[in-house]
Amino acid sequence: MIRYFFLRLAAAVPTLLIIITATFFLMHEAPGGPFDQEQALAPEILSNLQRSYGLDQPIAIQYGRYLKLLMHGDFGPSFKYKDFTVTELIAQGFPVTFTLGVIAMALALSIGIPLGTFAALHHNSPADYGTMSFAVMGIAIPTFVVLPFLGLLFGVYLHWVPVAGWESGSIRHLALPVIALALPPLAYIARLTRGSMLEIMRAHFIRTAFAKGLPAHTVIFRHALRPALTPVASYLVPAVASIMTGSLVVESIAGLPGIGRYLVQGALNRDYTLVLGMVIIYSALLIGLGLLVDLLYAWLDPRVRH
Amino acid sequence: MKARGFVGDAARRLSSNPAAVVALYLMSAIIALALLAPWINPNSAETLDWAHAAARPGMQSAHWFGTDRLGRDLFVRTLAGARMSIAIGLMASLISLFVGVSYGAIAGYFGGRADQVMMRIVEILSGLPLVFFVIFLTVIFGRSEYLLFLSIGAVGWLTMARIVRGQTLSIRQQEFIEAAVASGASSSRIIARHVIPNVVGPVVVYATLMVPQIILFESFLSFLGLGIQEPGASLGTLVAEGVGEMETAPWILVVPGGFLAVLLLCLNIFGDGLRDALDVKET
Amino acid sequence: MIPTLQIEALSVGFSQRDAMIQAVDQVSLRVAPGECVGIVGESGSGKTQMFMAAMGLLPSNASATGSVRFEGKEILAVNSALKRVRGSKLTMIFQDPMTSLTPHLQIGTQLAEVLVHHNGASWGEARIMAGRMLDRVQIPESKRRLHEYPYELSGGMRQRVMIAMSLLCRPSLLIADEPTTALDVTVQAQIIELLRAVREEFGMALVLVSHDLSVVAGLAQRINVMYAGRIVESAPAEELFRHPRHPYTAALLKCIPSVSGQRRARLQTLDGQPPRTGEKLEACAFAPRCPRSAERCRIERPQLKAKAASDVACHFPERS
Repeated sequence: MIRYFFLRLAAAVPTLLIIITATFFLMHEAPGGPFDQEQALAPEILSNLQRSYGLDQPIAIQYGRYLKLLMHGDFGPSFKYKDFTVTELIAQGFPVTFTLGVIAMALALSIGIPLGTFAALHHNSPADYGTMSFAVMGIAIPTFVVLPFLGLLFGVYLHWVPVAGWESGSIRHLALPVIALALPPLAYIARLTRGSMLEIMRAHFIRTAFAKGLPAHTVIFRHALRPALTPVASYLVPAVASIMTGSLVVESIAGLPGIGRYLVQGALNRDYTLVLGMVIIYSALLIGLGLLVDLLYAWLDPRVRH
Repeated sequence: MKARGFVGDAARRLSSNPAAVVALYLMSAIIALALLAPWINPNSAETLDWAHAAARPGMQSAHWFGTDRLGRDLFVRTLAGARMSIAIGLMASLISLFVGVSYGAIAGYFGGRADQVMMRIVEILSGLPLVFFVIFLTVIFGRSEYLLFLSIGAVGWLTMARIVRGQTLSIRQQEFIEAAVASGASSSRIIARHVIPNVVGPVVVYATLMVPQIILFESFLSFLGLGIQEPGASLGTLVAEGVGEMETAPWILVVPGGFLAVLLLCLNIFGDGLRDALDVKET
Repeated sequence: MIPTLQIEALSVGFSQRDAMIQAVDQVSLRVAPGECVGIVGESGSGKTQMFMAAMGLLPSNASATGSVRFEGKEILAVNSALKRVRGSKLTMIFQDPMTSLTPHLQIGTQLAEVLVHHNGASWGEARIMAGRMLDRVQIPESKRRLHEYPYELSGGMRQRVMIAMSLLCRPSLLIADEPTTALDVTVQAQIIELLRAVREEFGMALVLVSHDLSVVAGLAQRINVMYAGRIVESAPAEELFRHPRHPYTAALLKCIPSVSGQRRARLQTLDGQPPRTGEKLEACAFAPRCPRSAERCRIERPQLKAKAASDVACHFPERS
């Protein structure tokens, strides 16, 4: 198992490196980019940049310094906020986005899997159709429509929750954003689980389990569930990607101070280092997650370990 | 011959799926409405009716679905937005189609090392969410329409490439390709004349499935303010406006939002039905 | 003496799209305590579905009518009675050992759970007993095997594990559905031998289902021949082989290639095809292919006399 992990790690690092390198050179060489002479940068920003990167040095040196700074977790100064470094902004925003994302993911899994299993076990019943209709809606309707609609209903009309804003750890402020964020992956997971479960229940080894006289709940939980979850495991990384994407709109709409909102504002303000830093963070997260999922596979199916 | 049987089969299976059929009709109705709107409703999307700024929807006034903050008729605006979204969706799909099909055909045809490398690239790119790179590119290159099309088109080409490559691989084994090679035809000629016509079936299907994804992506970007700029407006921009007025004039959100939701829902249901009916494998 | 298994007028149908497919058509059968009964027939003859119905393992689009009594108690569609015996007193092993074991669970777990569920044993005790049963079915290094996964075992070994699983609760009846079909010839003989030994030791009844007469020949005391969802002949094994009375049985026997026959003699075959599974037939199902068929065969369905020790469903059976 350990060896397997290191093999996968060795494959992942180059990908991240390529991303970092590509984005760096793109930023420096692209016409209309930040270092183009036409751009008028505020003098303070320019001096910040000069200090960190040495803008008059040859590009290779700049790249080297950039990498070195990255290793120390320094993403450089912000292009727009002269008093902040990108690292500080990320540090501020990350806990918010992380909390949001983790809760959303947990919600998606803990509701999606049972829902899908339930639908599979009541195949072709009204409950099954109802669940799947709900799933289609969750998948098709974009988050930036769902959240405002939810806000309209529960915030403006019913006054159950505030429409926007963030107070550290306040559930009322988190509730709608988390639900809106969790909805698409939840729906997708429900659908995946249902399909997978239906297939597994027809397998020969399930027939054996029933022939042994085991009760339905034992057959489902001990024999059917683990193999049925393999497609869900494959979906974990795309699910997180979906949540990351969703967090951009959710944080913008609900006014949550997470890195998603910083990214959007950074894009609108053309804050290059900020956006660059975000891209690298998000990529690293996804690649790291991919590794974890590989390990999960090995656990789900013992055959993969060899 | 092959393509016809494929499509006929699919149509039959699709018609036994009630949800997909309903979705198809509804979708066609919506698209027709959006496209024909300029001839039906006299109100222009640009007319500022100051007398009825931010008016509620109602049957009495000339504005059935209300107006926005500037007095523009919401119904007309929404339909205009829909036209924009659909137009971009189609154009970007075409780009995606072109890139994906070429890439996949080349990879599948030449096989071996080239194929492995090309597919590895696809694999890596598939894993990373496009949004962030598009945003990054937008920041660097500025917001040009070309960039928008290119980046939106980049949404679907990966899957298209995979499918076309799979199909190409299986076609390549077949005898008439060997015959063409033996008679000395150049690779590009073979690809253009023999491979591509035979992958038309699955390609059409996936092109159809790509459209909602692309419309979604474009709306997403526009919503965030990174897509279509004033004075153009797509459904995404309209929803963003609506969010701003949510607490005082909710219909400004509900009309375009609801419209977008229904459009995407129909596209998705139809797409699902189509995929089930065809059972096309990606490989 | 109450028969261990008594099936009366069992019919099994599958609904597919708009049609109803009849897989088993009014079958009656009896297995006495400790008896070994063979069921022979081609694929599609209904021999497997009959016992799937008995075990309550039919899919949701299937329906079964008739009666199935195990040790006197009705179990067809009576869930409470079925639950009490399925997997403990009434067990079944299947044709495909490669896919019949759960891939992600250890062998020991899959064996032990039978005892834990039926006998209320603790997991520790259950695993020890499982180990002993593995020894009984002649799997070497049983202790190590308990911790292995199915993919680490060969087909023959997996089938032994299946047999072990079915014996753990001392069943009164074991149904073996084509237990050797998916295995190599040499392994086949071993499995049959194992079944014989185990039957003697446990004194249990055994139903051996196969399309291969030779598999059934050595072990069965009585043989039932099935065709198109019906039993066409039922007789003590020796009698069936010496004097087959149904034309189908006779033809089957002729088809077995003989080691001692003439060299270069042609392999015997039967002309025609069996009816497609589900075609409903009012008359004798074998008539179209039967060398002796007459008008009566095409109109009237021959019946098997229930309870007779040896019987044949034919209007013109061979005289014994």
